Amino acid sequence: MIGFLARRLVNYVILCLVATFLAYLLASLTFDPVAILMQRNPPPPEAAIAAKRLALHFDQPIPLRFVHWLGGVVHGDFGRTVTDHNVGDELLPRMGVSLRLFLVGVTVGVILGVILGVVSAIRQYKISDYAATVFSFVILSTPVFVIGPLLKTGALQVNDWLGTEYLKFTGEQTPGFDGSWLASLGDRLRYLIVPTLTIALQQIAYYSRYQRSAMLDVLGSDFLRTASAKGLTRRRVLFKHGLRTALIPMATLFAFGFGLLIVGGTFTEHIFGWYGMGDWLIVGVNTQDANVVATVTLFVAVLVLISGWLSDVLYAALDPRVRV
Amino acid sequence: MTVTIDSDGSGEHANTPGGSASVSPVDAGAPGDLRTSRAKLVVRRFARNRNALIGLVVIVLLYAAAFLSPLFAPWSYTELDYDNFLVSPSGSHWFGTSKVGEDMFALVMRGLQKSLTIGLLVGLISTSLSAIVGATAGYFGGWVDRAMMWLVDLLLVLPSFLILAILSPAFKGKTWLIFVLLLGLFSWMITARIVRGMTFTLREREYVKAARFMGQAPWRIIVKHIVPNMASLLIIDATVNVGAAVIAETGLSYFGFGVQPPDVSLGTLIASGTESAQTFPWLFLFPSMFLVVFVLAVNVVGDGLRDAIDPNSAGGRRKDRRKARKEYQDAKDKARANAPALAGKEAS
Amino acid sequence: MTAAQTMFDEQAPSENGPVLRVSDLTVSFPSESGRVQAVRGLNYEVSAGEVLGIVGESGSGKSVSSLAVMGLLPQQARISGSIKFRDRELLGLSDDQLSKIRGKRISMVFQDPLSALTPVYTVGDQIAEALRAHGHSMSKQQAHNRAVELLDLVGIPNAANRAKAFPHEFSGGMRQRAVIAIAIANDPDLIIADEPTTALDVTVQAQVLEVLKTAQEVTGAGIVIITHDLGVVAGFADRLMVMYAGKAVETGQVDEIYAHPRMPYTLGLLGSIPRLDAEERQPLVPIEGQPPSLVDLPPGCPFAPRCPMVVDACREAEPPLSDVDGSEQHRAACIRANELIAEDPDAAEVFEVEAVEEAAIAKVPREQRPIVLSVNELVKHFPLTKGAVFKRRVGTVHAVDGVSFDIRAGETLGLVGESGCGKTTTLMEILGLDTLMGGDIAILGNLTTSLTKQSRREIRRDMQVVFQDPMASLDPRMPIGDVLAEPMQVHGYSKQKIASRIPELLDLVGLRAEHAERYPAEFSGGQRQRIGIARALALEPKLIVLDEPVSALDVSIQAGVINLLDELKAKLELAYLFVAHDLSVVRHIADRVAVMYLGKIVEIGEVDGVFGDAKHPYTQALLSAIPIPDPVAERSRERIILTGDLPSPANPPRGCRFHTRCFTFAALPEDKRQRCLDEEPVLAAHGDDQQAACHFPRARAVL
Ligand SMILES: Nc1ncnc2c1ncn2[C@@H]1O[C@H](COP(=O)(O)OP(=O)(O)OP(=O)(O)O)[C@@H](O)[C@H]1O
Ligand code: SF4
Ligand code: SF4
Ligand SMILES: [Mg+2]
Repeated sequence: MIGFLARRLVNYVILCLVATFLAYLLASLTFDPVAILMQRNPPPPEAAIAAKRLALHFDQPIPLRFVHWLGGVVHGDFGRTVTDHNVGDELLPRMGVSLRLFLVGVTVGVILGVILGVVSAIRQYKISDYAATVFSFVILSTPVFVIGPLLKTGALQVNDWLGTEYLKFTGEQTPGFDGSWLASLGDRLRYLIVPTLTIALQQIAYYSRYQRSAMLDVLGSDFLRTASAKGLTRRRVLFKHGLRTALIPMATLFAFGFGLLIVGGTFTEHIFGWYGMGDWLIVGVNTQDANVVATVTLFVAVLVLISGWLSDVLYAALDPRVRV
Repeated sequence: MTVTIDSDGSGEHANTPGGSASVSPVDAGAPGDLRTSRAKLVVRRFARNRNALIGLVVIVLLYAAAFLSPLFAPWSYTELDYDNFLVSPSGSHWFGTSKVGEDMFALVMRGLQKSLTIGLLVGLISTSLSAIVGATAGYFGGWVDRAMMWLVDLLLVLPSFLILAILSPAFKGKTWLIFVLLLGLFSWMITARIVRGMTFTLREREYVKAARFMGQAPWRIIVKHIVPNMASLLIIDATVNVGAAVIAETGLSYFGFGVQPPDVSLGTLIASGTESAQTFPWLFLFPSMFLVVFVLAVNVVGDGLRDAIDPNSAGGRRKDRRKARKEYQDAKDKARANAPALAGKEAS
Repeated sequence: MTAAQTMFDEQAPSENGPVLRVSDLTVSFPSESGRVQAVRGLNYEVSAGEVLGIVGESGSGKSVSSLAVMGLLPQQARISGSIKFRDRELLGLSDDQLSKIRGKRISMVFQDPLSALTPVYTVGDQIAEALRAHGHSMSKQQAHNRAVELLDLVGIPNAANRAKAFPHEFSGGMRQRAVIAIAIANDPDLIIADEPTTALDVTVQAQVLEVLKTAQEVTGAGIVIITHDLGVVAGFADRLMVMYAGKAVETGQVDEIYAHPRMPYTLGLLGSIPRLDAEERQPLVPIEGQPPSLVDLPPGCPFAPRCPMVVDACREAEPPLSDVDGSEQHRAACIRANELIAEDPDAAEVFEVEAVEEAAIAKVPREQRPIVLSVNELVKHFPLTKGAVFKRRVGTVHAVDGVSFDIRAGETLGLVGESGCGKTTTLMEILGLDTLMGGDIAILGNLTTSLTKQSRREIRRDMQVVFQDPMASLDPRMPIGDVLAEPMQVHGYSKQKIASRIPELLDLVGLRAEHAERYPAEFSGGQRQRIGIARALALEPKLIVLDEPVSALDVSIQAGVINLLDELKAKLELAYLFVAHDLSVVRHIADRVAVMYLGKIVEIGEVDGVFGDAKHPYTQALLSAIPIPDPVAERSRERIILTGDLPSPANPPRGCRFHTRCFTFAALPEDKRQRCLDEEPVLAAHGDDQQAACHFPRARAVL
């Protein structure tokens, strides 16, 4: 079992490296930061451009540049941006911003999604089931960049109604806020609610659909019939035997839900002015910065890796059949 | 026991617990040609699903509006109304105007046109690619299969959104068809994975074995026996893929990584409307509404098709022991193979 | 049985009268085409300690009626009538009230043991749960100990350890025992067993039936056993109820029904079973046609469309169940039952089936006929892998380990054995025409290893295959005409030839030419199997390989297909390699038989020899496990119950592979046993055409 998980881990690490390399390769092939430089008015002198090229190691072949960059990464050096800042300096704060959004979003999403899915399945074809179905269909058909502004508008309404600007949605904390750590936490929370809701809604809709169908599959299974035939009450049958088994497929789903989360997060950060990793990607592409793009890719890959690996652990924990 | 229509070639046959069903075997006085009766049955089931039917009508109306409205709309999307900047919806500007005086209705219809065209093309490209790659990998197995699965895994770690964002400078200023091609090229994996899983099961079907043992060539087996038996799956997936493609396209265009000016798509319109979503809501709401309504309609139709094509089978029939075992195995595989399938479907 | 004494009150429950009385039960379900009347007025009762067998074809309402008793039908089912358990009406009770009765006073064993246990809890926990659900005072530890005792009672070796195993670590037979343990945990008054052995191998079936008998002895419960196999209940049930189209059509004591069936349907069912104890080859009785659709059943006897004795009066009103033979006990629902009483004809007469003529070639002595297939020391091993992503090899599955046999023109060789013994693998190796891991295969004299493209094609033409599952063996997207044309197209037949051959083929298998237009879904299982056979015949092969061709069919349908195969063989002088797990079918159709165990042939020879005087203990056990549809004979049979399951082919026992389950071995003195442990027995001749691989062969009566 341990061996299995260890091997999975190695596989994921290799995938991560290849993914980062690919991103680096593609970025280096398509990006031309020097061209942006030359569009400046007045055009920078020839020598400056040559220096820039050298600074960006454009004299080296791309794989070598990648190895060079990766060597730095191992020592915590993520290279420099086109504008000659240290990539590593920006990395930690941005990571913190994104992780806060992701973790809260995914936790809320998974828990509420599972509950919603189970309830709809048990009460199949009842009003609550139809309502949940309509909810998830609409949410899953609405991209984050539409949900976000709509929630903003909604938050404005709530603030209007409360008479104070309680819900905030630009940035992640009041600039220059000063107070106890508790007050500071409260302040951050007010900024967190709307963006988290944006991302959590999608996760809820996503997990509830699959939890519902997993639960329905289980509801028709022979072992639930055996459990009823034993004389367990319906409630015990549904929860102890049904839900427990229906959670198994969700473990695999978890890894894939993360992809959705990351793309959704990019939009959310952009819309609510959070300087997170998603926002950085957009900046990186716009300034045509291979180092930034590769760093973001590495972050995404590592996140997917961790969630994939967690997924495996969870799967093994939930399903005795895969415990080798 | 009477036999009903075979669903998607999965060899299941619906049996109501009592053991009777809709189509009776030949000697009990069967209806005419099954091709028609099967199609009829699917159509009938689909038609009974009111939501799906409405979804279908909505899709048709949206396509019609996108392509026909320029014929009668008062403004064209290239015209500017210098007298009316940022006016709210009115008789002359049905959806209001933008800050340079463009007619929002004309713009939204233009954007819809582009988004729908891209969605359709990408849906077709990616579904065909998945059918080819998935069936090949599934039928031959071995290294072809391993290579494909590895690629799929890689693309999970490296989301296609990211790749396309990185590649976007390459098609800046070029025709949107390149964008379509790239989008199609990076959205086949999930369906391919389902197709592969299904091919695995179909490959072990006895009629495929029978064809193999009579000396039929592998590619003929794929074309004659495997792909037709996945037709229903492919139709459903193509439908849903169109919706996913529209979301992906608008998402990329939103950031300026997709459709480039002077072209407009729903994504670019929403992006430019977002800023003023609270002050001039018509700039944001109209393109958003069309986007959501279209994707919702597509998803509802996809869902309706799934229900219509796949009559929730498995009745009270006595199972053969091998079959019982196989079903168990299949179910497990399905759970695993479907998990990724489900993911990303709606991912923008 | 010491454990049992402490656990169950052996006394039959003190109350008198029937435990269960079902009257006028009807159940219907909504469906696409209207309401399905699954059960249409059913009456029966079961007393304490009594075994009632319910028999009928698929879809006759057996399971639905018993689920109704348990209150486990889906919500959309509409139920009426009355179900009285010890004079208490069960219909209309709430789920809470029912759950106090379920598992405590009435319990149930389901058909498919593979999916009957929750995969995420250990077997012991699931049994303990049943105990604690009703015995609230019981501690966890007590429940666990009791669960172990129960597992021991149902014959799980090393129960204390096995209780900690998860269901997937149990074989099918063991899971069914565990389900039985759950069923008897609370000493119920009634046990309903719904096809408890259908999914199991015959040897395991015999074990499970034995466990059920034990269960009945210790609990003194009434038992309802549902089956489609008249053999299974012959020796077990006291009374029988035959169901057809949602109604009882004949009820009575087993002896009376088996000896004097008074309803043509029962008569047909009994005649359709190939019998192990048949001395000469008798034709089987197929019941043509299909059970009726239960939506809008026409008036009259529901069996009328298939009944050979039907008269106009049958179609007027549905005959009620009425006493026959002047006995309260024996009742049948047929207006012509009296004629059956008067003449007591046998099934073949009533259903007008004739014996098949023997083929001319069968009269030529075996040695003078050419060999069509010869398999010599065939070996096939699979790597045993673990892990989903990184497959690693953890061992070798010895699926086929040195198998030799040959088949001569016009001859049928039956290949039998428990599931997993390597039958299918052997077939696939023969059909693959590929390089072999070991040994060689020659088809019509050509070694498969040295085939040219041309000769490979010819062999593909001369050797055809028929598969087990009639639902999966035809491409659902192709009309029958195309299905039949495909092999001919592959082998370059001209369009005209194909067009003229299709009606010929359909006619040959008893279908009509116009069926060519239709799609597989329009045909019943038996018809599809006929189409599969027609496809195999299209290229006029010399050898047909059949992989369990009838095991997925109902007995009444199976009989027709077997008759067809018999007839074709005689008419076209075909050779068959017939794989089956059902020895009675093999006895009926084969000339020679090979018995496989763990990748090896343990006994091979002429059918009458092997079946009449089996030399290998395994063959004897297999034969002994087959039930005979004759209650009198069944009761007097001494059954050999094999212990345990088939060992894993990844790790076959040393020496004689059968020694772990061999009763002869178990009875041997210590000094002789060593030989079985050390030395692998080889096939040795016994008589003209019979060989067995056993060091200590001895005759034993098994029928
Ligand atoms: N592709 C494979 N990989 C690994 N093991 C296999 C494979 N095919 C068959 N086996 C194993 O080989 C053994 C023999 O299998 P085979 O299916 O030939 O038996 P069988 O007697 O025909 O069984 P059944 O009656 O269930 O069809 C089994 O233990 C099976 O699990
Ligand atoms: S009543 Fe008529 S049709 Fe029915 S079984 Fe008797 S003879 Fe046959
Ligand atoms: S050789 Fe020994 S163990 Fe094997 S079958 Fe004969 S008696 Fe039994
Ligand atoms: Mg087999």
